[in-house]
Amino acid sequence: MINILIELGFALFSIVIALLVGIAFILLAGESPLDAYHALYIGSIGSWREFLNTLWRATPLIFTGFALALPFKAGLFNIGGEGQLLVGGFAAGFVGFYFTGIPGGLHVALAIIAAIAAGALWGLIPGILKAYKGAHEVITTIMLNYIAIQLTIRYGIERYRIGGRQALPTIQDSAKLLRFNDLAELPVVGSLPFIEAFALPGLRLHFNFILALLAALFLWYLLWKTTTGYELRAVGFNASAAEYGGISSKKTIILSMVIAGALAGLAGAGEALGTHHTFMSGMDAGLGFTGIAVALLGRNHPFGIVAAGILFGALSQGGLEMQFVGIPSEIVTIIQALVIFFVAGLQMLKWFLLKQREKGEAE
Amino acid sequence: MRTKVISLIVVFSFLVVGALAGFAQPVEADTFRVGIVYSEGGLGDLSFNDLAQAGLMRAVDELGIEYGAIEPDSPADFNPALRRFAERGFDMVIAVGFLQAEEVIEIAPEYPNVQFAHIDQAHEDLDNVTGLIFAEHEGSFLVGALAALVSETGTVGFVGGIDSPLINRFEGGFVQGARYIDEDIQIESAYADSFNDPSRGREIALSHMDNGADVIYHAAGATGTGVFEAVEEEDQLAIGVDTNQNHLYPGHIIASMLKVVDVAVFTAIEDAMAGELPLGENVVYGLADGGTGITSLTDVDEEQLAYEEGLIDEDELEKIRELKDRVTAPHAERIEEIKQMIIDGEIEIDDWSETGRQL
Repeated sequence: MINILIELGFALFSIVIALLVGIAFILLAGESPLDAYHALYIGSIGSWREFLNTLWRATPLIFTGFALALPFKAGLFNIGGEGQLLVGGFAAGFVGFYFTGIPGGLHVALAIIAAIAAGALWGLIPGILKAYKGAHEVITTIMLNYIAIQLTIRYGIERYRIGGRQALPTIQDSAKLLRFNDLAELPVVGSLPFIEAFALPGLRLHFNFILALLAALFLWYLLWKTTTGYELRAVGFNASAAEYGGISSKKTIILSMVIAGALAGLAGAGEALGTHHTFMSGMDAGLGFTGIAVALLGRNHPFGIVAAGILFGALSQGGLEMQFVGIPSEIVTIIQALVIFFVAGLQMLKWFLLKQREKGEAE
Repeated sequence: MRTKVISLIVVFSFLVVGALAGFAQPVEADTFRVGIVYSEGGLGDLSFNDLAQAGLMRAVDELGIEYGAIEPDSPADFNPALRRFAERGFDMVIAVGFLQAEEVIEIAPEYPNVQFAHIDQAHEDLDNVTGLIFAEHEGSFLVGALAALVSETGTVGFVGGIDSPLINRFEGGFVQGARYIDEDIQIESAYADSFNDPSRGREIALSHMDNGADVIYHAAGATGTGVFEAVEEEDQLAIGVDTNQNHLYPGHIIASMLKVVDVAVFTAIEDAMAGELPLGENVVYGLADGGTGITSLTDVDEEQLAYEEGLIDEDELEKIRELKDRVTAPHAERIEEIKQMIIDGEIEIDDWSETGRQL
């Protein structure tokens, strides 16, 4: 329990430091730090709607955070979240438009399954290469990112688009992921008293967020309550020892990469089916890479990642409001980067403090 | 002990955030307020977005408006950005670039009292939106004709950004202009799939020149700087786009196709203030009203400004002057004639965004 509090303290501490250093950059831009941070607050959690929109922004980041964290537990560094997200999003967008005449619920499910399958495939390839040939997963996943970008954004959109937009055609209504502000129009659910709270114009939170929470529960259960999870962590601690203990490290490596790919694919599905209602150029927006920072800040724990994802969601949602009061977008990006920087930097400090303590105890 | 320190820090951090949230209060304004949402790629592209900003700044100086601006990081930002301005009682919202079309269609009807202007996108049936579009094919026709007149190899090149109806319109004007001068002219044309990839622009331009092109026109945003680089390397000629780019690579850019986004933005704001913005309609800027055009082929008055701003030195200005005297000035009369014929309707140019590419 104390450990969790300390972790939380460090995370918050690094955020505070980042915001303090950020003041220097805001002053450099000739703006008032008070106004800037006030805007950040108002824009991210200052009202019920902005808070819900923060959750909307957080959703894909939570998924891509998972996509890094799970293989990390097995000792792998999956940089491929971006590519896995792209193929997932493309698959969802493709099924969402080109498959017609399927009833509502089924169509969404089909599109999501397509995204999971595509993402899983994009995780399977580096998994197999790592397990059987020892090809370094950092290299293979980075290369697969390039392939995914060219395949989906360049070739895929070029081949399947209609009209001038750099996007697949808008998906069928039956494939749209339910948004929270549509809840009020549903028959039974809509009559519930609290549902009005979600009927806000401009609210873009959709049900992928619920899936993200379910995924967090699933991962937590998988990692700490099942044999597979135990094996996975054992391989992460020491692959040879685990192998000696009768665990197939090959199987574990592949499995962790496949699940990771599927989760990143879900991030893409949410963006395509819930946010944009299409697969479009630029929708990945570095979500796969930001996911790495999310996982780092969340200490690779499913619940930590949910919290970290929401923090990063707040930064990007609030960042828009900062621009709104006149802070240049570059400064906003710098402040977001500072948070990541100090999160990583303060991990070093913590490591140092622990060493000191160990030394003290030894003496 | 350490835990205590950490808890103190945590509490302190919340206090700081709370205090910041409490202190600053947003100011209410009674002046005319304009919100602008730039296209992806953002400011610093030396053409499209920068031009829109220039128009906005002119309105700030001359009309005393207040403004808010957002540079979207990703397409997910378009919707909240536009909505934010509309919802906070801004009098006018300007969307820059065709990528925001869906978002404008969704949001504008929800805020009927806000005047929307959308650059590069025509709209139908929206009572509070004015589309500001440009007849780029007319200006491009002129530079196409100029390229054909200047070319010694009988081959000219085009580098496009993204293969989209908008850029097809540039390409179409250029191709028709070149063929108007010389029916058998060889035209090398390719797209870079990006408005922000100079190295790809350079590669394409080099391959065009390998195939014999000696004048290359680009409509590719920041990708175009790569085209200019390649042209300088091989000592050939290029044509700039959107804004006067002649001074970027002095001695190699013979002219630029102008698209006065800045004027369109400024005029739209001025009209909106007076309540005269033609809402529900589209405004087309063409050759006749100076909405599109070509930089001067004879004098260097405009480049003089770049010199006075310190963007180029005296030698470079001299290079531009020499280039114009030697290469373009002899054709100035002919181009002026063609321009007049287009305005008078004697030359009809197909709009490739409607007809499709006809290479």
